[in-house]
Amino acid sequence: MSAPARGDAVILDPPGPEPVGLGRFGEYGGRFVPETLIPALEELEAQFRVAWHDDDFRQEYAGLLAHYAGRPTPVTECHRLSERLGLRVLLKREDLTHTGSHKINNVLGQALLTRRMGKHRVIAETGAGQHGVATATAAALFGLDCTVFMGAVDVERQALNVWRMKLLGAEVVPVTSGSATLKDAVNDAMREWVASVQSTHYCLGSVMGPHPFPWMVRELQRVVGDEARRQCRELLDGADPQYVIACVGGGSNAMGTFAGFVDHCPDVQLIGVEAGGLGLETGHHGAAMTRGVPGVVHGMRSLFLQDEDGQVLEATSISAGLDYPGVGPEHADLGARGRARYETATDDEAVAGFQLLAETEGIVPALEPAHAIGWLAREAGRAVPTGSTVLVTLSGRGDKDAAQLMERLGEL
Amino acid sequence: MTGVADPTNAPAANTRAASEYGPLETRLRERRADGRKLLVPYVTGGLGKDWVDVVRACAAAGADAIEIGIPFSDPIMDGTTIQEASQRALDIGATPVSVIEQAAGADVDVPLAVMTYYNLVAHMGHERFCEALRAAGIAGAIIPDLPLDELRLGGYDEAARHHDVETVLLAAPTTTDERLADICASSRGFVYGVSLLGVTGERTSLADSARRMGERLKQATDRPALLGVGISTPDQAAEAAACADGVVVGSALVRRLLQSGGPDEAQSFVALLRRALDAA
Repeated sequence: MSAPARGDAVILDPPGPEPVGLGRFGEYGGRFVPETLIPALEELEAQFRVAWHDDDFRQEYAGLLAHYAGRPTPVTECHRLSERLGLRVLLKREDLTHTGSHKINNVLGQALLTRRMGKHRVIAETGAGQHGVATATAAALFGLDCTVFMGAVDVERQALNVWRMKLLGAEVVPVTSGSATLKDAVNDAMREWVASVQSTHYCLGSVMGPHPFPWMVRELQRVVGDEARRQCRELLDGADPQYVIACVGGGSNAMGTFAGFVDHCPDVQLIGVEAGGLGLETGHHGAAMTRGVPGVVHGMRSLFLQDEDGQVLEATSISAGLDYPGVGPEHADLGARGRARYETATDDEAVAGFQLLAETEGIVPALEPAHAIGWLAREAGRAVPTGSTVLVTLSGRGDKDAAQLMERLGEL
Repeated sequence: MTGVADPTNAPAANTRAASEYGPLETRLRERRADGRKLLVPYVTGGLGKDWVDVVRACAAAGADAIEIGIPFSDPIMDGTTIQEASQRALDIGATPVSVIEQAAGADVDVPLAVMTYYNLVAHMGHERFCEALRAAGIAGAIIPDLPLDELRLGGYDEAARHHDVETVLLAAPTTTDERLADICASSRGFVYGVSLLGVTGERTSLADSARRMGERLKQATDRPALLGVGISTPDQAAEAAACADGVVVGSALVRRLLQSGGPDEAQSFVALLRRALDAA
């Protein structure tokens, strides 16, 4: 086993491809925001483009990833789970980062950019609270003011993360409009940004929103996929896994993972697993790739769950992080081009995946990546042939979900 | 001016005959030439059974044009008042088509413009949206999440020009001078100056940025320049109109409608605004 040890240097691959024109990934992407925000987005795009090619910036970012976030994260070979499923399963362990999810990779980069732009405050939206906690953490580290918008429903089901954010000095604003979940938190964060754009950076948490966010967040998350590709080759004698699987809400852990494989390894099959909620047939789910139609919401053209007029529908998922009716535009493009495919796992399958990984490997996943595990367990020997080698990104740890699952599962 | 308008030739705009403008801009230019400050109230379409009567009441009380909101589920440029009004209208069944069709029946001698978000336009299709507005006798459209660059890229601009839908563009306090000139040249009907950094909603006083916005617009263009967002009272309207051609008032009116006010309440509030502007 040759996974890198903690404290190794973090290697950043060269910058990946930029979107075309005004933030386009095929027909998706763009910058559909009120005029007030246009100059800030243009500045952010210009600053990121320069910084991302600047050795000093990259060194500082890599240093934070190594010494603060605890990268590189290992790839863990899952012997008992592999035996159970008849596959060779490898996990990319983003659950082992500081703050417990991949979100930290993105916020450290954006905090550096915030400082570079001379702004002193960050705002963020959060669903499960992981991005909110990560943003509050980076804000504490950099001495920035921080306000996090969180749907009132999510404030309720993620009380631990709310408390953590407050402990870190952030203000948490419960959002009661609409469905009072992630979609509405994004709305309110954008409204607040319109009002405070001159002093405040919007630290968007996923590969979504107006250009340059989908591109920038993918680049700040690609360390996940680039590390995983090298680690897999070490473990697999130079070979790549046949399948690379990650859960998809907005899609940042999946996009970061896929970025390491999409161009380097054209034969690797990329699979995103969305929230199937109560089942696709019930209409209560969060499967924008699978059941969404093209639209323009939250600053981007992408796929969204909508009615026939274009009113956005509420998503349903057991996991707050996947409870979003849209998806990042690069996923929409990868899906349209057939380079990645998108599947779903229901609430029940996610819970089964949560328990399965705990029992077989002693790893308690967050409910979001538990969807990927649940899907894999269902499809082992079917869509994923017996004997296949599979990399799954474990985007976060499950502590935040313990109370919710305790209620659902009762006495074990 | 069927489809021949060129966004780059705007400096020549002030030398054109009035008939070269669409009905919205023609009316606003005429009223301005009469020495009148312009008043454009905003009404959420589909908000209550009598919402079209509210539109008529605004016209009767001295509006120079009327903005009709087509409610959207995720209005990111709107504060809590218009969010609530939009949600209430959606809950009782308002759709883009129903709002446009009902507006057609208003039969007022005041030009109308719809205000909505781009997703609804994209879903209807640019052509169908513009055709529907024309068929309903609606002169203009305001789409705050379709800024200049995307307006040109995505094909909306061609459709709007082809169907003579006057598309009003927004300018913000953060807009650079260079971009402001481009916005003023490309906007039709009027230019909507956002008076402050923020979303729609009432404020206790007029923002300092409003005066600066008005001055910048008047310097940049001959097109009617209206200030909106955060203009809530007759006094604020008069203050804002002193540095621009007029004002858009939305949330202050919609709040009255949400508080069970109907056409009568709307008429008396718009009349107050009218008097304040005329006295200024």
